[in-house]
Amino acid sequence: MSVSLPEPLRLFALLAGAMAFVGLNAAYLVWAERKAAGRFQRRPGPTEAGPAGLLQPVADVLKLISKQLMVPPGADAVLFRAAPVLVLVPAMICLAVIPFGERWVAREMPLGLLVLFAFGSIQVMAVMLGGWASRNKYAIISAARIVSQDVAYEIPMLLVMITLLMVTGTMDLGEIVRQQAGGFWRWHLFRLDANPLMPLTFVIYYICMLAETNRAPFDMAEAESELVAGAYTEYSGMGFGVFFMAEYANIVVGCATATVLFLGGWQSPIGVGSGPVWFLAKLYGLVFSVIWVRWTFPRTQFYGLLNLSWKILIPASLFILVLSGAALQLSGS
Amino acid sequence: MTSFPASAIVAEAIFGGFVALTVAGALLAALATRILRSVCGLAVCSLGLAGLYTFLHSPFLGLMQILIYIGAVCVTIVFAIMLAETEESAGRESRRRRLAWGGTALAVSGCVFWGVARLGWDGVRAAPASRATDGSVGAIGVSLLTTHGLAFELISLVLLVAILGALLVARTGRH
Repeated sequence: MSVSLPEPLRLFALLAGAMAFVGLNAAYLVWAERKAAGRFQRRPGPTEAGPAGLLQPVADVLKLISKQLMVPPGADAVLFRAAPVLVLVPAMICLAVIPFGERWVAREMPLGLLVLFAFGSIQVMAVMLGGWASRNKYAIISAARIVSQDVAYEIPMLLVMITLLMVTGTMDLGEIVRQQAGGFWRWHLFRLDANPLMPLTFVIYYICMLAETNRAPFDMAEAESELVAGAYTEYSGMGFGVFFMAEYANIVVGCATATVLFLGGWQSPIGVGSGPVWFLAKLYGLVFSVIWVRWTFPRTQFYGLLNLSWKILIPASLFILVLSGAALQLSGS
Repeated sequence: MTSFPASAIVAEAIFGGFVALTVAGALLAALATRILRSVCGLAVCSLGLAGLYTFLHSPFLGLMQILIYIGAVCVTIVFAIMLAETEESAGRESRRRRLAWGGTALAVSGCVFWGVARLGWDGVRAAPASRATDGSVGAIGVSLLTTHGLAFELISLVLLVAILGALLVARTGRH
């Protein structure tokens, strides 16, 4: 794509592209979410602004920009202002290593997978700092919940990653996709020879992704019926908007990771005609399923969430890890 | 990458930025009065260190620094703070005690810094003729599990003892 560009121009192209993508993506995923929620609940969703409500995100952004930015009295002003930025920036860094196509990647790195997880872990810290800096009871409760939720779900997620790394043998995202070329039975999701429980691995990853991005049924952090808006309670205007952009950017990064690791990235399911179109189709298919889950399942209770991780997901992912090691040893590779 | 004329200057500037980030983070961690700000300082310091590791051709180490120190250690510290106290820690120590402890800490860290700096100036100033390993994941894994296997296992033993100690402290503290 941009092989001929000199390095600094490439960097600026990446930055501008990532910002435009994150902004547009958030704006239209909000629209999609509201439309989908409407359909699930037998109502039309936004219809007034533009055809099928397509201009609704523009109107929302204009409203958010024109609102006053407030730092509540007694809050930690520096951290309060820094938190939205700290949530958004890691997600944008992650976008740099995601291969959208054979050559559609901003920066191909041999350690791409690790970049995703290293910077993904910063985001939780930032949401939590925002909640703490607000000096608001609800926000602090929410911050404590975020931390315990993250501690619980980071473990099975990393265990699943180790299992997958044993199968792929590389952290290079482009290389992982190339391994899955030649039809959907070659995708890691269906690599039953490497590990008979591979589909279960995908399910564990998916659940952990929902929990890490604070999506329903795990959105304990901003449980609006009990905590107002959780960690985001004190944020107004674009501060709140940036948190939302980051949430959708993180969903996209999580789904893109799943696409690369389990669903064959840009590879076509029938073996011919691979390209970025397939990547985007799989990515937004997964994003739609995330929206679907949110409007289908009610929010779980907090101890239910922690029990699910500590009593089911962690033992299960440990078992899968051992099983995959045994399978590798037996197959002699 | 070499096609751009000022790339060397840009690289120097980024290196300087990471050094500044590390030092600023360390100062913030040591000097902040609110403990949560100290944790933020630790996180910033780790980020700077990760950048320095990347400059040392060890991106794996840099990313692990972020994943472990920011993603796990800082988050765990914050977790502990949130479970332990909601108010600011009450009552500052007397001026004399603060001066004494501050002076001791300054003297010790000065000694350590002097020793490490001397080591750097004396011996390993010249660039090595060949790199020991290529810093790749494979090389690190092999050296951790073969050459430095004993140290690796001992570290996990230290962690186990720390967990047991924490459990013991927590149990006796409750009664």
